[in-house]
Amino acid sequence: MNVGRWAAIFGAVLCLAAAADPADRLADPAQEARARSLFRETRCLVCQGESVDDSDAPLAADLRRVIRQHVASGASDGQVRAFLAARYGDFVLFRPRLIWKNAILWSGPFLVALVGLGLLISRQRSRGPAPAELSPEEEARLTALSQRSDTLAPELSSKNAPGLTET
Amino acid sequence: MTAELGSFALVLAFSLSLAQAGLSFAGRSRRDATLTGCGEGAALAAFVAIAVGFACLIWAFVTSDFSVVNVTANSHTEKPLIYKIAGAWGSHEGSMLLWCFMLTAYGAALAMARSLPWGLKAATVGVQGCLGVLFIGYMVFASNPLLRLASPPVEGHSLNPLLQDPALAAHPPFLYAGYVGLSVVFSLAVGALIEGRVDSAWARWVRPWTLAAWSFLTVGITLGSFWAYYELGWGGWWFWDPVENASLMPWLMATALLHSSIVTEKRGALASWTAFLAIGAFTLSMLGAFLVRSGVLTSVHAFAVDPKRGILLLAVLGLTSGSAFALFAWRAPLLKDTSVFAPISRESALVINNIILAAVTSTVLVGTVWPLILEAFGRQGGVGAPYYNLVVGPLMAVAFIVLPAGPLLAWKRGDARGALQRLTTAAAVAVAAALLLYALSSPKKAMAAVGVAFGVWLIAGALTEVMGRLRIARAPLAESARRLGVLPRGAWGMTLAHIGLGLFVMGAAYESAWRIESAQVLAAGDSMGLGAYHLRLDQVAVVPGANYDAQQAEITVTDASGRVMCMARPARRTYDVGGETTSKVALCLRGLDDVYVVIGERRTAGSQSTWLVRGFLNPWIRLLFLGPLLMAIGGALSLSDRRLRIAVGRSRAPAPTRLAAAE
Repeated sequence: MNVGRWAAIFGAVLCLAAAADPADRLADPAQEARARSLFRETRCLVCQGESVDDSDAPLAADLRRVIRQHVASGASDGQVRAFLAARYGDFVLFRPRLIWKNAILWSGPFLVALVGLGLLISRQRSRGPAPAELSPEEEARLTALSQRSDTLAPELSSKNAPGLTET
Repeated sequence: MTAELGSFALVLAFSLSLAQAGLSFAGRSRRDATLTGCGEGAALAAFVAIAVGFACLIWAFVTSDFSVVNVTANSHTEKPLIYKIAGAWGSHEGSMLLWCFMLTAYGAALAMARSLPWGLKAATVGVQGCLGVLFIGYMVFASNPLLRLASPPVEGHSLNPLLQDPALAAHPPFLYAGYVGLSVVFSLAVGALIEGRVDSAWARWVRPWTLAAWSFLTVGITLGSFWAYYELGWGGWWFWDPVENASLMPWLMATALLHSSIVTEKRGALASWTAFLAIGAFTLSMLGAFLVRSGVLTSVHAFAVDPKRGILLLAVLGLTSGSAFALFAWRAPLLKDTSVFAPISRESALVINNIILAAVTSTVLVGTVWPLILEAFGRQGGVGAPYYNLVVGPLMAVAFIVLPAGPLLAWKRGDARGALQRLTTAAAVAVAAALLLYALSSPKKAMAAVGVAFGVWLIAGALTEVMGRLRIARAPLAESARRLGVLPRGAWGMTLAHIGLGLFVMGAAYESAWRIESAQVLAAGDSMGLGAYHLRLDQVAVVPGANYDAQQAEITVTDASGRVMCMARPARRTYDVGGETTSKVALCLRGLDDVYVVIGERRTAGSQSTWLVRGFLNPWIRLLFLGPLLMAIGGALSLSDRRLRIAVGRSRAPAPTRLAAAE
């Protein structure tokens, strides 16, 4: 068992998220809210996949201070993210930036959906037209038949009623 | 002696699995029913042997036999009995034994199944035997849970306190019953590909196993999420953590399989796709086990990690899935699919469900292994909750829009206008809910209101469908009542599962948007506001527990009118063994909402002691656990459907004895 890992987990749980510590908060509630939402997007690099909002590791506290300083000095969210990525690498961002290197990441799922849809459509095309609808005469015969079965024994009609036999 | 008996039983189980695989395949190729019968017997015996081994391990834990390495590392004499037992699957070795126990249990159930045609059954039992050989072999040779220590200590190291929790004691058995349940589906798919027949009869046999695995998996994931919610103390319930994703991927795949197997069963269509999903679902289960157990990804709840053995697990995974997918690539083009359906039909709706679930699964898969992909290119990076929410949200929205229409459309060629007409009321209710919520809520959040409306739409759509079946308001009441009696359980199962999904969506949208958080440093007697509630810290006292001491706070929660709502008693536990500290959350249940209180470390300011108190008001959080529970109940109800059993009896064929002689 890896003691270091456990220590990290206990560290996380033992000290509660100091992100909410009243002493560190920014005076302006709007700025504080922006800082908090940035915390949630920022990885605590030494923790086990936690955001700096959740973690009480010293590094997380540093990152929170840096982000709050930037927010207080009027930087936009994008500027803060760019600063963090430049200084700590892309790993620090939980939400990868929309850049070419991340193209697969952002477009992959939608490509899968599009390819699936394309396969469905090509399947429809290659199979030819769907079965023809019933002609009015056939429709009438069907109605007559189903009405006849409705008047028969109830057990029988229940089995023939549309929508009852299939899930 | 117990440990030796257990070790012997595990090695025996390994040999029996070898026999199971060998006898089944040999019998199949020689058309000899006696041999395949012996293979089935070996499957039953392997289960008994593993059960004996498992019982020995549990016994070692219950009696605190510290001459067993695993017990020393994960148990302690002072631990309550339930956590001694749960300790048996709290470690890497123990959880692999639990995995093998489930694998052989499903193998035995498969061997007892009477409905399968002889050839398919022999192949399936044989494949299940091969899985047994690989996993039991891994356990026996690389991860023996019953190894002895040369000089046993007087006391053990105890189980991680975070894991000493009722929900988490039950979480692994459910989760593994789900993960490993998919192994049967995998074996059935490989067996059918060997036989060269993947048809509607095959899909009919796949469905109950998928339903069972899916229901267990749903319960297991919900228990895990619930544990994370009240044990980690962060107020959240899903973190898009690699370990959570590892369990979500097989669930998504199993959900897709559940729906595509209906199409294959009823219409004979999509046979190769269903077989692909069946192989893929268990592959993702194994991938999950590998990701969780190998520690290649960092995670907030990575327990029992061992990188070296992770490579071995990866080899098992590669061998199993690699050969299954190779077989699929070879045989799938031979599967004829001649069915025809119109663009508007139930088939199409279910295909759209599958496309979206496949896209979501690939999102979670790519996101989870993204750090590994980047590492291969010498870069660093990773994704987190914001990425998943952004990508999965819109995809699922499309699925939710289509979902209620699916069951209303006929097979082959559906009547779009008719379905839309029947859904008008449901749509109106959903739109009204969104507008009402937007008007009444503060702060106003349009996206969240739309999210809740999606949940309402799903529930109203499911009710529309079931009311249509009962012909409520369109036929006399007696007729509706009669139909209520004859409606198959499978139909109720579907309705319940879809309503459960709707409740979950409502809860997720509402809770994420309107959760209230508050944190204050309080001294005894101070109070703080939390939404409409007030939290007053009365006192903090030391309370001894079974194997820990707790600093327990007494916090009075009052509502706006000053009425006392409940006493919250959050605590910080310091365990006697190891001295670890954990935080115990206090929950005040208010209907669907929770008041969630956590207490931090004591801080001394001058002569006064203060504590950081964090409070969350989590509205509608109950729906997040009730919804999945309803889905699992729906799955169980479908499983109990008479038609599944009748079909089993009808297709029962006498086993051919010595076919070779008759030929």
